[in-house]
Amino acid sequence: MQNTPPIPVRCDRSPARRIINFFYFRPLWLLALLLAAPLLWFGVVYLGSLGALLVQSFFYLDDFTGQVVRQFTLQTYAKLFSRSNVDIILRTVGMASSVTVAAAILAFPLAYYMARYASPPIKATLSLAVLLPLWSNYLVRVYSWKLILAQEGVLSWFIRLFHLEGLLSLLLSLPGIGGSSLSVSAFGPFLAFLYLWLPYMILPMQAALERVPASLIEASADLGGRNWATFRWVVLPLAFPGVVAGSIFTFSLTLGDFIVPSILGNSSFFIGQVAYIQQGTSGNIPIAAAFTVVPMVIMTFYLIAAKRLGAFDAL
Amino acid sequence: MTDRLPAVEFIQVTRQFEEMKAVDNLSFRVEPGEFFSLLGPSGSGKTTCLRLIAGFEQPDSGSIRLSGEEAANLPPYERNVNTVFQDYALFPHMTVGENVGYSLMLKKTPQQERQKRVEEMLELVQLAGMMKRKTSQLSGGQRQRVALARALINEPQVLLLDEPLGALDLKLRQQMQVELKAIQKRVGITFIFVTHDQEEALTMSDRLAVFNRGKIEQIGVPAEVYERPASAFVADFVGISNLVSETLAQTLIGSAQSFAIRPEKIQISTLETPVPPNAYSVVGQIQDALYLGMSTRYRVALEQGGHLTVVEQNTTSAIPQGGKVQLIWQREHICPVSQVQ
Repeated sequence: MQNTPPIPVRCDRSPARRIINFFYFRPLWLLALLLAAPLLWFGVVYLGSLGALLVQSFFYLDDFTGQVVRQFTLQTYAKLFSRSNVDIILRTVGMASSVTVAAAILAFPLAYYMARYASPPIKATLSLAVLLPLWSNYLVRVYSWKLILAQEGVLSWFIRLFHLEGLLSLLLSLPGIGGSSLSVSAFGPFLAFLYLWLPYMILPMQAALERVPASLIEASADLGGRNWATFRWVVLPLAFPGVVAGSIFTFSLTLGDFIVPSILGNSSFFIGQVAYIQQGTSGNIPIAAAFTVVPMVIMTFYLIAAKRLGAFDAL
Repeated sequence: MTDRLPAVEFIQVTRQFEEMKAVDNLSFRVEPGEFFSLLGPSGSGKTTCLRLIAGFEQPDSGSIRLSGEEAANLPPYERNVNTVFQDYALFPHMTVGENVGYSLMLKKTPQQERQKRVEEMLELVQLAGMMKRKTSQLSGGQRQRVALARALINEPQVLLLDEPLGALDLKLRQQMQVELKAIQKRVGITFIFVTHDQEEALTMSDRLAVFNRGKIEQIGVPAEVYERPASAFVADFVGISNLVSETLAQTLIGSAQSFAIRPEKIQISTLETPVPPNAYSVVGQIQDALYLGMSTRYRVALEQGGHLTVVEQNTTSAIPQGGKVQLIWQREHICPVSQVQ
């Protein structure tokens, strides 16, 4: 008790220990050090390229010389809103919307089953099945849809097997979206898109549904809610953020894709294709950039609308 | 006549989960207007019992009657029974008013009437003016009240409460106990209350059922269950008891009948104190004293072997440890129970 030991003097401080201690007492420096690399990457590569894109869209291509004139102008945007280009934009948005709605309708039951009822092994199997296509090559999958949908393809064989030729020809005779076979009608890219982006709809939906406590569903039943009422007033509103999250993927991925419509469909253009062709073949970087701005603007409005609908309230 | 029918009646109900019988051939009745508690440790079947009444579980065999009508295999939405859930289960995307009015909205009650009744219910649970609040802005106690108002607005025959006070702190809990009881008296609805807290069950219930392993060990009014526990399990689970085995009973009271005795029924006195008639006494040594504030709990080692726990009000100064004392208790406080190991 009487002889308190002296405070030990630390004379063994190695440089490494000093650096560690320096950062321990200055957490903001450490944070800055950690964030430097990702912020540089994000700032320069990501936002920088987007900025360059935006700037390019305000230049124009001199039709006579074929050179890009680096001078501020709105004439590229004026061209963007020509009749044929507006058609392309509307077609792309129409395709993206129908793919999104179809994906949501297809995905919901499966996501609901996986979130609420599936036993762990079944759930793992289903998750794997949903993710499996994402591990194989995208081009291969799109080309296989060409084969599936071709006039002599697997699907036609099935249609003949079940004597549904009448239904098929009715579908194909629809004005605007029909064609001589499924592969070269608007159904071709629609089915391929639906297949390609479905996993991106299922997974966020499943995650959202898993967060709905079972007791809420019981409470609704307890208070007189039959299955439909419980779904309408409790499950759907609470799963809605997941539906919107999924739809952001399906919608934006369809908006920007240029491979599916160039392999399948009735060779009418989509936004991504035009941007690809304009900057590659024609060297018209300004109009390609302007086309690329379109999906970004559409997505901005889409996200604002989603926020208004309360899709991010649960985040 | 309909008043005479029990609000809830179980007739030989069994509910089995794989190997385990959660509810095992259970029969009991709850009278209309009663505050009835289901008390037991976790896994004793009390919550399954509640879920069977609500309709979330269906019995494997037996009959469940609500006011005399068969309810087994009816879905929850076809039963005039409402539940206050343990986690309250308030709908997070709705306001307080929308939560409380949910069942009326489903019944398509006109907007005006709905609003009026929601206001009345919120007043009943002392949340007047909170209609527009989001449920996330409420404290635990307030959520509890919203859940109660939501379940009562339909005027159910029976209100089921699944450990509703479990998440509240002690002060709020005691306040809610008093309030729940007052609300029950006012609305006159049968309350069935699940709890593992024996004190809560004793203070609130008109009658209670003590559950153990899917069976009911005892049903009775609180004083009866506490004073005359029907089994060693009840004596041990409800309050603290000294469980005296047959061999020790032989030396203490001269008959080989195992019994239970409450610690507060035993008196600590000096060795010279004369033993009154109809009383027993034994000499022991204070081994351990646990100060509890209002009282002190002593562990007394008996000369004949074995221990007894004694609780004394802290009216006099504490008895020193190691001191020799005489323990005295009345014959009427001995409560014979089956088999104590």
